[in-house]
Amino acid sequence: MTTTERPERSVPKPQFTDAEAGAREFPDSGPGARRYNYYEPAKRKQTHYEDVTVDVQPDPRHYLSQGWIYGFANGEAGYPLHWTKLKAWGVDEPEPQRGPGSGGLQVKQWPAHGWHEFRDPNEEWEMTFYRYNANVVRQVNQNIDNAREGKSFEQWTPNWVRFVERNVGAWMHIEHILGLYVFAACNRSGPTNMHNTAMAVNSMHKIRFAQDLALYNMTLTEEISGFDGTAHLDAWNNDPAWQGARKVTEKLTAVDDDWGESVFATNVVFEPLIGELFRSNLVMQAAAQNGDYVTPTVVGAAEHDFSARDLRWTQACFGPLTQDREFADHNKALMQGWLSDWVPQCLEAARAMQPLWSMPDAKPPRFEDSLDRAKNRFAAIVVDLGLEIPKELKQ
Amino acid sequence: MSRQSLAKAHQKIQELAWEPQYHEPYMKYGTDYTFRKASKKDPLKQVLRSYFPMQEEKDHRVYGASDGAIRGNMFRQVQERWLEWQKLFLSIIPLPEISAARSMPMLFHVVPNPELHNGQAIQMIDEVRHSTIQQNLKRLYMNNYIDPAGFNNSLRNFQGDYCGTIGRQFAEGFITGDAITAASIYLTIVAETAFTNTLFVAMPAEAAANGDYLLPTVFHSVQSDESRHISNGYATLLMALSDEDNRQLLERDLRYAWWNNHRVVDAAIGTFIEYGTKDRRKDRESYAEMWRRWIYDDYYRSYLVPLEKYGLVIPHDLIEESWKQIWEKGYVHEVAQFFATGWLANYWRIDAMTDTDFEWFEHKYPGWYDKYGAWWENYNRLATPNGHNPIVFEDVDYVYPARCWTCMVPCLVREDMVTAEVEGQHRTYCHEVCRWTDVEAFRPTYQGRETPNMGRLVGKREWETLYHGWNWADVVSDMGFVRDDGKTMTAQPHLDLDPKKMWTLDHMRRCPPLLSPNVLLNEMSDAERAAYVADYNKQGPAGRPAPASNA
Repeated sequence: MTTTERPERSVPKPQFTDAEAGAREFPDSGPGARRYNYYEPAKRKQTHYEDVTVDVQPDPRHYLSQGWIYGFANGEAGYPLHWTKLKAWGVDEPEPQRGPGSGGLQVKQWPAHGWHEFRDPNEEWEMTFYRYNANVVRQVNQNIDNAREGKSFEQWTPNWVRFVERNVGAWMHIEHILGLYVFAACNRSGPTNMHNTAMAVNSMHKIRFAQDLALYNMTLTEEISGFDGTAHLDAWNNDPAWQGARKVTEKLTAVDDDWGESVFATNVVFEPLIGELFRSNLVMQAAAQNGDYVTPTVVGAAEHDFSARDLRWTQACFGPLTQDREFADHNKALMQGWLSDWVPQCLEAARAMQPLWSMPDAKPPRFEDSLDRAKNRFAAIVVDLGLEIPKELKQ
Repeated sequence: MSRQSLAKAHQKIQELAWEPQYHEPYMKYGTDYTFRKASKKDPLKQVLRSYFPMQEEKDHRVYGASDGAIRGNMFRQVQERWLEWQKLFLSIIPLPEISAARSMPMLFHVVPNPELHNGQAIQMIDEVRHSTIQQNLKRLYMNNYIDPAGFNNSLRNFQGDYCGTIGRQFAEGFITGDAITAASIYLTIVAETAFTNTLFVAMPAEAAANGDYLLPTVFHSVQSDESRHISNGYATLLMALSDEDNRQLLERDLRYAWWNNHRVVDAAIGTFIEYGTKDRRKDRESYAEMWRRWIYDDYYRSYLVPLEKYGLVIPHDLIEESWKQIWEKGYVHEVAQFFATGWLANYWRIDAMTDTDFEWFEHKYPGWYDKYGAWWENYNRLATPNGHNPIVFEDVDYVYPARCWTCMVPCLVREDMVTAEVEGQHRTYCHEVCRWTDVEAFRPTYQGRETPNMGRLVGKREWETLYHGWNWADVVSDMGFVRDDGKTMTAQPHLDLDPKKMWTLDHMRRCPPLLSPNVLLNEMSDAERAAYVADYNKQGPAGRPAPASNA
């Protein structure tokens, strides 16, 4: 038996370097040096979320000594603080004017303005949002698969089938538009990385739910004889019950250069008065009586997105602005104006949806009761934010 | 999800495409491009039902490897020479990543293709992933590597350091100005399609060779998302090409984007790979060889050239010139030498080159030693404080360079330096293409055509200007590049952590003041300036003074 000589492989040779923490003592070798020291945490201890998020998006009032280096044609650069009419303390203070021999002019009292005080209470970063959303899609898939295997769709009443194909289907368009053209669209506009990341995460929830509904619709088309997978397009494009909601949804994308108003109007006004009205107070109330235990689980996942996460960051974002040490009155007046503008539009759209409450065979709670619940929920959110319940809510 | 069901699912979600009926979305961002004849396709075909679990699985692998690295004492085998450069790289890269996320809505506003917006939204999510996973990697290095200084004050450092500012082009360039120029041509067509190969594939391989397998773990995971982004860019490019009015702008933007990426990425990644490694096997690829493979062959010849038949004007001359810069004009070596010359202005430690390194460089780049060898020997000689000043103040045949106004890398290939008077200021440029970028491309008219959406180069683009006339101890203190004893510098021109061998603010105090080449240039008379430029163009290689005139 012979062995074949093979030439020695060319591979890097590991070396013992002893370059691990604690191997030597020198300035900055201690445990106190092993933390990001360029920002102040919101609470006593720095969080993982803060470490991966805070200050990634620079602010020339902090460390950016050479300033922004690319600008738009109109001279704006970076992340202008006036891309919303809302104000946080300190924003009217001038930026450090750097020039020949000025040095970096780092602001000693940081944060120099209140926008930097915002932290997303959901502490979202990539690890958290992939785990969360992967869990949601797994749960939704399992629920739908289980229902399919159990032939549960056969228990749906005929009118409920029509209801789901048209109306639950129509809702996917709203989620998609808000996800892409409100939240994703605004993630370029916020003043800090914390704001923009929270908007990006909010947009994923919306886009995911829109697709959840589309794919659920596809499954139903396969599982239920006579289920019209395209009926949602007719409802969305032509049904008078949906045109009010569509009009408001489209208008939310058309807010004139103010990310604050877009997000506020969507999550504070539209979501409770139309979103939860439809999802919680109609679909999820009516489904079980009409033989459907699946749709509430699909819709409920998104309801949790909003009530437990998207609303939570929204309150943390806007609430402090009504208590702002410099601009509380300005912000409250602005937000009250937004409420007065958006509430009537949302209520008009909500009332246009009233015929939907009559469609299922087994009736849900009365429309007026549902609307009252939505209004109460909205009023509580508004009060929590430190605002007054707008008189337009009585309409 | 099976491929067949994925295709069906993707087809289904196209029903979500929105044609506004009552209100058009607010158009915040503009472009001078037009999309009148564009076909509309989404090449990405990604649905979130499969996307989220896929990304979660990738995350599990990354975080599992992170735990493994710590349990397996990876840092006992990490080369400090390598990890020190990560203090620069990982302070820069999270911003470009998050900027890429922020740039996607700019495309929603200008690319009339609802199908493609789905892909752009997924790219947005990917980019948030990349930014935060990279910040997390840096945090892990800070916690486990022997020297946390530079990691621990990373973002303050980056935002005050000239290298960070150079890197910020690779971020702000994505999010300002003409939306297509920024978010499509500069970001996806050039940065992601061409240069992420060296960033996220070539560099991690070098990390592994230096005992660091976490950088490859994270960055290969990141790179696996890039193919989706490349598809987004390609689809937008094809849409743009279908309208002939866009071709002039495409030609402009490809020239700008290509050259700027070359200047910035090759400077940084070339230095990390060539001067940050201890792996000197003769058969390991040099940066030039990697560049030839990944960028010249894979990107230029396989991706870009085939687009010529669709009417794209390819900047062949600039691609050849970039190669010439790397191969003949020693661009990467000049940059590495400059980084080491100015070590005191930064926040990481730079190891000296040894005989083993010299031998490798000579093997890979014949003639290297004659140009750079003596200077690196001087660098080694002057590494620890011993009565002398840092190398930049010592007589080692090196002229401190002027800075390029456009790319902000110094004008290191001295013969290529040009100047222009713009808005009442004399500016230096490292190359004619950088002059063109500032003087002609980033303007409201281009070759007689109105380009009202084109961006502007703004800011204090010469870092030295800010500290003109300052004592170096005050410069370093002002930037915060000081360790926790209040006097030892974060940066060092060697890797020895013996406090007696480390430079302190006291050493800096006795150095000559910092002088801004641009301030000095603008103080000169026209005749003096002309003489300065003529002399400058005769300098080099390796920053050597111009030969004495025979006259």
